[in-house]
This record gives sequence, structure tokens and C-alpha cells, in this order.
Amino acid sequence: MRPFTYERAASAAAAVEAAQAPGARFIAGGTNLLDLMKLDIEAPAHLIDVGRLPMAGIEATDEGGLRIGAMATNTAVASDPLVRARFPMLSEAIVAGGSPQLRNKARVGGNLLQRTRCAYFYDPTKPCNKRQPGSGCGALEGLNRNAAIFGASPSCVATHPSDMAVALTALDARVETLTAGGGARSIPVADLHRAPGDTPHLETALDDGELITAVVVPPAPTGGQAYRKVRDRASYAGGLASVAVAGGRLALGMVALKPWRATAAEAALVDGADPAEAIGRELAGASPLGRNDFKVPLVARLAVATMAEARAAANGGGQG
Amino acid sequence: MSSVSDWEAPNPVKDNRGGLIGKGVDRYEGPLKVTGTAPYAYEVQPPSPPAYGVMVGAAIARGRITAVDIAAAEASPGVLLAWTHMNAPAQPPRGTKGHPRSTQGSKPALESDRVAYFGQPVAFVVADTLENAVAASHLIRLSYAAEGHDVAFHERLDAAGQPPGEQDVEIGDFDAGFAASEVRLDETWTTPLQNHCQMEPCASLAWWEGPDRCVAHTSVQMVKPAQHGLAETLGIGRDDVHLLTRYIGGGFGGKGQTYDDLTLAALAARALGRPVKVAFTRQQMMHGTIHRPATVQRVRLGAGRDGRLNAMSMMTWTHCHRDGAFTEHASNFARSLYAAPNRLTGHRLVKLDLPHAGAMRAPGEASGTLSLECAMDELAEQLGLDPVELRIRNEPEVDPENGRPFSQRQLVRCLREGAQLFGWDRRLPTPGQVRDGRWLVGLGMAAAIRGNFLLPAKCSFSVDADGVITVRQGMTDIGTGTYTVLAQIAAETLGVPLGQVKVEIGDSELPPAPGSGGQFGAATAGSAALMAGMNLRRAIADLATGDPGSPLHAGDPGDVTFQDGVVAIENRSETLSDLIRRAAPEGLTVEGEIRPAQDAQKWSQQTYGAHYCEVGVDPVTGEVRVRRMLGVFAAGRIINAKTARSQLTGGMIWGVGSALHEGNPVDPRYGSLVNQDLAQYVLPVQADIGELDAIMLDEVDDKANPMGIKGVGELGNSGAGAAVANAVYNACGVRVRDYPITPDRLLAGLIAKGM
Amino acid sequence: MRINITANGEARSLDLDPRTTLLDALREHLKLTGSKKGCDHGQCGACTVLANGTRINACLSLAVMHDGDEVTTIEGLGSPETLHPMQQAFLTHDAFQCGYCTPGQICSAVAMLAEFEAGAPSPETPRGAAPTLSDAEIRERMSGNICRCSAYPQIVAAIRDAAEGRA
Repeated sequence: MRPFTYERAASAAAAVEAAQAPGARFIAGGTNLLDLMKLDIEAPAHLIDVGRLPMAGIEATDEGGLRIGAMATNTAVASDPLVRARFPMLSEAIVAGGSPQLRNKARVGGNLLQRTRCAYFYDPTKPCNKRQPGSGCGALEGLNRNAAIFGASPSCVATHPSDMAVALTALDARVETLTAGGGARSIPVADLHRAPGDTPHLETALDDGELITAVVVPPAPTGGQAYRKVRDRASYAGGLASVAVAGGRLALGMVALKPWRATAAEAALVDGADPAEAIGRELAGASPLGRNDFKVPLVARLAVATMAEARAAANGGGQG
Repeated sequence: MSSVSDWEAPNPVKDNRGGLIGKGVDRYEGPLKVTGTAPYAYEVQPPSPPAYGVMVGAAIARGRITAVDIAAAEASPGVLLAWTHMNAPAQPPRGTKGHPRSTQGSKPALESDRVAYFGQPVAFVVADTLENAVAASHLIRLSYAAEGHDVAFHERLDAAGQPPGEQDVEIGDFDAGFAASEVRLDETWTTPLQNHCQMEPCASLAWWEGPDRCVAHTSVQMVKPAQHGLAETLGIGRDDVHLLTRYIGGGFGGKGQTYDDLTLAALAARALGRPVKVAFTRQQMMHGTIHRPATVQRVRLGAGRDGRLNAMSMMTWTHCHRDGAFTEHASNFARSLYAAPNRLTGHRLVKLDLPHAGAMRAPGEASGTLSLECAMDELAEQLGLDPVELRIRNEPEVDPENGRPFSQRQLVRCLREGAQLFGWDRRLPTPGQVRDGRWLVGLGMAAAIRGNFLLPAKCSFSVDADGVITVRQGMTDIGTGTYTVLAQIAAETLGVPLGQVKVEIGDSELPPAPGSGGQFGAATAGSAALMAGMNLRRAIADLATGDPGSPLHAGDPGDVTFQDGVVAIENRSETLSDLIRRAAPEGLTVEGEIRPAQDAQKWSQQTYGAHYCEVGVDPVTGEVRVRRMLGVFAAGRIINAKTARSQLTGGMIWGVGSALHEGNPVDPRYGSLVNQDLAQYVLPVQADIGELDAIMLDEVDDKANPMGIKGVGELGNSGAGAAVANAVYNACGVRVRDYPITPDRLLAGLIAKGM
Repeated sequence: MRINITANGEARSLDLDPRTTLLDALREHLKLTGSKKGCDHGQCGACTVLANGTRINACLSLAVMHDGDEVTTIEGLGSPETLHPMQQAFLTHDAFQCGYCTPGQICSAVAMLAEFEAGAPSPETPRGAAPTLSDAEIRERMSGNICRCSAYPQIVAAIRDAAEGRA
């Protein structure tokens, strides 16, 4: 790691103020940032530890949803009785990611801001527009089995690795932030991540020094919930694809540089299409690259199975 | 020269009066390992605070370093030195041997501007702290002139040649036999490049005692070659390197040699006059150490309708480094496994600019059984025969290739007992018939075979005035159980409780043993220990019967018994400690030695087993889960039922990994491996392994060594992956012949079948 | 930077480079080398320690982030002479071979049982239900600790014994 200075923020306001310093970054769980700093992919000059800010609470909102503090650990959210009761799919998505040790450290805010696990991003000897703008994309014509099938660009075909974010997207959650100027913003999770375009190094809608303070989940839609993830081993692995279903809402994971809200599929469902037809309509817009062609049928089949699980759950059948 | 007949006489291990042989005693070093107090190489506390070395790997696969810029690194805080080939200390050219009896030549680091593989260490920084060293390593700037690299194995198969000094082996007339066979199978399998992924990355710590003597702790499976290689590199006498490797965090063949961490730690410690330690990062391990090379395997089987093989061929294409000679002998085991009058086996080697290929757990069998044992499954289906029955019908009476009798061969018993214990009769021959929730369930099986070897080794035994027996041997324990089996052999041989035995290994100053590899460790090291133990018995018997102060005085040394720490002749006895304290207060030390029998080659010596596996396949997603797995093995006398079982179950899980998870693809554009860490390289985790057990049949192989034991460290790996793959087929009817059987590959087959 | 941590019950004050990970602080500064560096990126679990009772990957934490914390490592659970029940169970069941992942496995197992008692769900936990300590639950909850020697079946048996008070 390059040298950096470190401070523990006394308050959220102090944190965003400190973040004005050049090269400053927030750190909370640190599981992704330190991973990348060790590889010299991230080299912040100053770390602001926001991990102990009193923003870890999980509370019911008056509307019947939840407000989850950004510093809540993944484990805390997954284990929370309210989360398990109202948004079981969110709990299940969280425990589908990482390991218990990582989930004990990782925080909700940081989880949303995870960077891609693309092998070419992780190898500093390879071109990567996200790591080094203008250097090219090693994955585009490389071993891109796990590359995106939606929303990619010639500059970047990486995927977003978060499970939780996929669930939150299907749940229509929003993030609340504190901006550098001290103002507050509310951004839909679905809009938090940018499409790569020709600037894949610009990853989110957040401004410099803007801090996620909470995630607000609206009341669960009617209908069942389910989350399924397919990966190369049974646990402790990134996914090849995942599907989150909340009522009539559908989000797909590991298929794009952001959690992919399957709006075409949702619209088809509203129009009365059956699940296979609906997801087919979404996948009509997929652009696989060859080595990741399998993601199209995989998502098609997984989505149908996950929708069936959600229906069964709505009918009191529990988890499939 | 010795003969196997020399091993026929009774000995304490065979007699097993104390009952310690075969007993599943806890690991000797276990209390240290479960408390984190066993120091691995990087954790040894040196005589003064160490400096920290960090290596930098090449960013190209082949070419030259044209310019280096180390100024920023040298100016970085805490940096003590920064080396590239421009300023590294001079070392003898690679392979140079100064000492006439060195087993290894010089292994220089940073020796030239040549880059021979991606990730090759090309720069090195030492600083006062690890943090400073790592930060400085990021400041090293190297410029390269890349030369065209050639890493595309599958595109170069036509350019493959015979491995040096080898030729195909044909018995009978394969082509004619195959053509004349009623039922034929001709299929090709591929296996990917695999990495060892030992949990402990290679690491070394070195310091100097005076100008000419180096102490080095490293993580290596073979002590003497490491010592000799380092001495040659440093240009000092063999015996002026004291090399230690007391605890090793996994080897699996990948630590059969040393790497640049050792060379650089020693050179930097000399240059700086202080201890230096160097560890590979996990990322560096992938390219910087050896790997199991990829293979293409073509198997052709020709059989009669009765299931008897008439023709069998297995040809393997594999690769090694341009400057290397390693061959993954995936076809070799096929020469001994099944009877067939017409046989053709061989290997083809492609030289590439990938990192160095080398031995990885069950080299040959681990890859090769993934094809042949699936081919047998496919043939059984063609014939409408049970796969177990097909194997039994092709059981040879003598080694089918060289006509030698088998020293022991209980393959059929393994197959039958495994089938019964596992419930093989519940298998439905038609795939895709059994469903459990979202899973299609299938059963598969495969045979296991792995050679048995004995190498020369020495060992010393001491007894002190407390009656404590100390075993000393330049042997290693890479998790295999060496410490424990040596303790058991010593305790049994000298008739003392286990708590009265000490074991010292992993030290170049101890009597030489070949180390851990090829599943020869226990047999080789243990046989030398038995010889030393018997010599100590004789010395103690002579001492007692010759000592006027002993109740055993004037007895026949041959009548002395050793039991419960007491030496006795009938009812005359005293404790071992009383005897030694009085008659030899300084203690006694003797050596023993084992050598391979000159006539051992008259027998075909193998270890055998049978794997049975139940998997679930999700036909929607292509996911596979191993639900149940059982291995039944016959591998000579077992010294420790507990540690041997662990070796076997561990090997079986390696088979699961080979079948379903592991592989490292090569990006031909960059000449590098894609998976560079443990998130990308997929190893099995706990959740991947269901109920899994290994059972060992009673066996004594009196042609193997004086104890009649054989190895188990690699046997469990052989065939295990094929049993998984065959179970996948039985579950869903899809054959994937390109390993690993990942969800995407299986899904393609499921879709093609309209599932 | 100066930090204070309680390591295995002992108050320790350290002057550290902010870049020093908790793992390197333990291994290189406190000489608590029981916690292992297998990957240094949170991908293997060999560095698992308990921070304020919670299992984490010590490699993915800066030591300065733990100022004021109580850290328990394998050395704090037991010694060769007085093994913790989980350590004894690992020994009895031969739940390790090379031993390099073992301290992390044992720390992880101890914390896992506490998480289980607290009702934390895993992917094996049925929706809306409290977890039961099935082998499948143990396997899933221990999947953050890779064992290349592959002592997985033995590890499950050891944890089951320790959990049921048999070790």
C-alpha cells in the first residue's frame, strides 16, 4: 500500500468535510478497499474511517418499510428480525455473498459501492479502462466468461458483484446520502451505478466526498420474494448470475455493471406474459460476447425458477 | 545389495506387540498446530529483527528487460536495497554444481535480462518493514522488449513431440485389435492447468552466522536438494547451509523444489548483515511456482460383447516450459490397470512459454483417470453392463504390460466392498431417473490406482537417560502425518509409550531422507526409522546384557524384550531409563538405513481403490453438488488409521475439485493465467463436500518394504474426479469431457438434450 | 500511529504504520503468529480472528481501525497444555493436516457457534425459522475457511463434537 494518513471520523458531518482533502476516501468495513489497495489498484492519500459512526441502526419506517443505517454490517442486516420478516429475500441475498467473516465486516454502504471482480481489473499488468482510463479493456476479447450481457460498452464489460444490491434493486430501495456541502440526497439504488459508457472509471452517481448514510426500503410489494444465485461452487464465491424477485419486480445480478432491473420483463408480466416469456423479453436485449453466451439461457431458466419460488413463498410454501 | 527376502523376517512393526501400529493416534505435532504455536518458515523468530523482502514479477511472458528504474524504490522510506538483474549479486549460472555430491545445481535469482514466463521474479526490494517493502515494490519500473510468446496449448498439439527419452508403448497390435473389436469407444477429454494453492504461500527466512554459513528456514518438501541448491547458488559449501523446514503449510508437489524467495532471502541477508524474510504473495504463487499442466487425452477402447477389452489406447498431450522437461504422465497408469491383449499408450509434449509445469498430487493418475475411468463408464453403458462388473471382467492376473506378478492387488475387493457399503445396487443404469426436489440424483464410480515407491533413506535413533527415544531424520511433514508415524514406529520398536518419543525432522543436519512426495514418504522414512530402531534395540540389548549392574547381565541379547519402557529377559527386568542412566548416562545414538531392494522390480507394485459418489444436478442451472462419496482402498499395512484416512479423504476432495471446480485458463494474448488469487481460482469449500469417507482394507505388502506398508497420500486423488463425473452423467445424462464440469458447460449439455 | 488493543486479554500499546493490517500487527509486532496469511485478500479465512467476539478476516482490516478493540487469536483460546474444547476436538478428529488453515478454522468455528446461538441465518436456514445445527449448516457456515488439505469432513465432525460438549 502507498502511504496514507488515517483519521477516525467523529461524525458524518466531520467525515464529509474531511473528505474534501485530495485523495481522501471513506473506509468502513474495508473488505474491498483494502483488497484493492494491497494490489496498488486503489491508492488513497487519506482514509476517513466512518465505520464507527452511529449509523448502524435498522428501524421500521412509518410506511412499513425499513431504514437501514449505512454502517450496519451485512450480518446484522441479514440477521435482523424485521428484515427477515418483511424482506426475507434481502436476508437471503446477503448471506449468498462472501463468507461469514466478510459479512461481519462489510457494511451496507460499502457493499453497494463494491468494485467489479473482473480478472482484468484485478491484474495491474493488463489493460483496464476502469483501473487506468484509456488503457483498453482486457476482458472484451479475453477470457470473459463472467462478463456482462446487459449495458456493457466496448470500454468495459465488467459486472457488479453485489448480491445485496440486486435484492435492494428489486425492492425499489433508495440510498440516502450526505453531500460534501452538508446536504442530503436520496437516490434510487437502481440509479446509483452508472452504465460504463466510455468512462467506466466513473462508477456511481455519488459526488466526490458524498457519504451514503442509509438505505431506505419501501414496504414490500405484494407477492412473494425469492433470491437465487448460481456460482461455480456451493458457497464463498462470486456469482455467474443471480435473480431477485419481489412481487412483480425482477432484478438480475452479475449480468451488468450494475444490478439490472429487468424492466422489460416486469412490463411483460404486467401485460400478462408468463414468466418464461417475460424474461425472454428482457433477454432479447442481451448482448453476450461469446464466452458468456451461457448467461442468457442461465438467466432465463433461473428467473423462471426464482419467480416460481417467489410465487410458492407468497402462497405460504416457504423457500423452495 | 538388498532383496525383498531380507524383509521377510519378523520385526517389531510386524509383531505390533504394543498395538501402536495401525492405531489412529492423534497427530504428534497436533497440539502445536491447533494452538497456532507451530512456527512455519516466515514465523520463526530470528536472532535479530528481520528485514522484509518483496518480489516483483515480470509483466510479459517472454522477452527482455530493456530498462530498469529503481531510483524511486530506493528512495522510498525504509528501503534497504532494491535489486534487478542489473545490480543483484553475482551467482553461478543456473545448474552449476561446485560440490561433487550436490543433488542440485545453482538456482540464481534475477540472473539476467531474460524473461522466460509471466510473473517470473524480476525485481526485489527489502525494507525495514513489510509495509515499506510493499510500497517500494510498486515503485519499480521495468521496460520490456516482448518477444512473441507461445502459450496456446490446444493450437500446438500438432507440434507436440515425444518427451525426451520416451517412446510409445505398444503391446500386440492396437490398430488391428481396435478395428476388430465388436464395441468401440473413441473419445477425447481435456483437463485444465491447475495450481497447487497450498494454504501457506512459499516463504523463506535466512540469516548468516559469520561470512560463510547461512541458516535458512523455508517451506519445502525435500530438504537435501534445497540445501544443496542454495549452497551452490551462494557459492558456499553444502554443509555451510543449515536448512530447516519444520512445519510446512501444504506441499502437494508444488514445494518439491525451492523458489526465488529462498535465494533472495539468503542473498539479501548476506548483503545486509541481518535476517531477511521473503514470502510469495498469493497472486505470485500462481505464476511463480509450478503448476499441473493441461492435458488432452484420447482414449480408445475396443471390447467384445462380453465386456472383455480387446484393445486399449490412451494417448496424452501435455505441455511444459520451453526450458523444462517435465511430463504429466497421464497415460502411465493405464499400462497396469486393465487387461487387454492389444495396447498402445504414450505421451506428447508441447513446449510453451507458460510458467514451469511440475508435479502436483498424484501426477499422471490425477489427470489420467479423469478420462480412462469415464471411458470405462461409457463403455459399460454401450455394453449394457454394470460399470463395476466391466472392471471386474477386465481384471488382469499379472501386470498386463510387463507380465510381472502383482505384489498385492485388491482392486476387485475394493470395488465389491465399496459397492456394497455405498448401496451401489440402488443405481439405475438409465440416467436422469431419480429426482429429489430440484435435484436430479445420480451415482457414479471409478477405480483408483497409484504406484508405490521406496527410496533410500537414513534415520537416527537416540535414547537418553530418561529413557526418551528421539527420532532424527531430514524428512518433512507437509500434513501427511510423518511426525506421527515416525513416533508410532519408534514407540512400537522400542516398546515405550508414545509420550516417551520425540521426533525431530525438517533439518538438513539430520540423517538424509528423500522428503515428501510421490506418496513414498511414510514407507521410505518409516522403513529407515524401523532399521534405526532395530539397531537401537540391539545396542540396548548388548548394553544390558553386557552390564554387570543390569539384571539382564550375561543374558542372550537376542532374548531381550522391550515393553512399556522396560527391558527384560523373562522375569529379569529393569526400566530403560534405569539402564541408560547407569550404563550409558550420555545416552546411545545409532543410525539405520533403508535401500530399495534390487529385486523389487520383479513385482508390479501399486496401491488400489474404488470410489463411489452420489451427486445432485440442478437441471435448470447446471449446478452440481456432491452429496455422498465413499472410497475403499488397499494400500498395504496402515500405520495410522486416522492420519491415513485423512490423506485419503483429502485426496478424494481433490478429485471433486478436479471434476467440478479447478482450472486456470491461459489468456493467449498475454501469456498469463487468468485466475490469480483464491477468489478467482475455484477450490472446493466446506459446503461443496457432503458425507465423505474412506475405508482401508487389511493388507500387508511384503514386497514393498520391511513393514509391508505403502503410501496413501496420492491414491485418494486417483479416480475420484471420474467417479464424480460419472455420477453427473448418471444424474442427468450429460457427458462433459472438458474439465471442470462447471454450470455453464453442463447447462449447454442439458439444453442440447432438451432438458 | 499509536493504538491500544487488548490481545488475548492483555492490554497492548503499539506504534504502527497506518498501513499495517491487523494480521501483520498480530504476526509481526505482537509475535502472535498463530493467525496465518494464506491469501491476504479475504479469500481463504486462514487469518480469521475474533474482534470484539466477532469473526473477521484480520488481513482485510487495518490495525488502526481496531484501536480500543478486544482481539482474540488462536493463542488466546488455549495452549498445547490446556486446549480449548474446539482445539481438542480438532485434534481428536484429525480435522487438519498441514495445520496452516487450522487456527483460522478453529477461531471461525468458535465464533460460528456463537453466531448460530444468536440465531444468525445462513443460506441453509429455512425462511422464517431459527437455524438448527445440521451438518449442512455447519458446512455452509464454515465455507469461509478454505482447507486445501481438504479436512472438511473431519472439521464438521470436530465442530459437531465441540458443539455438543463431547470434546
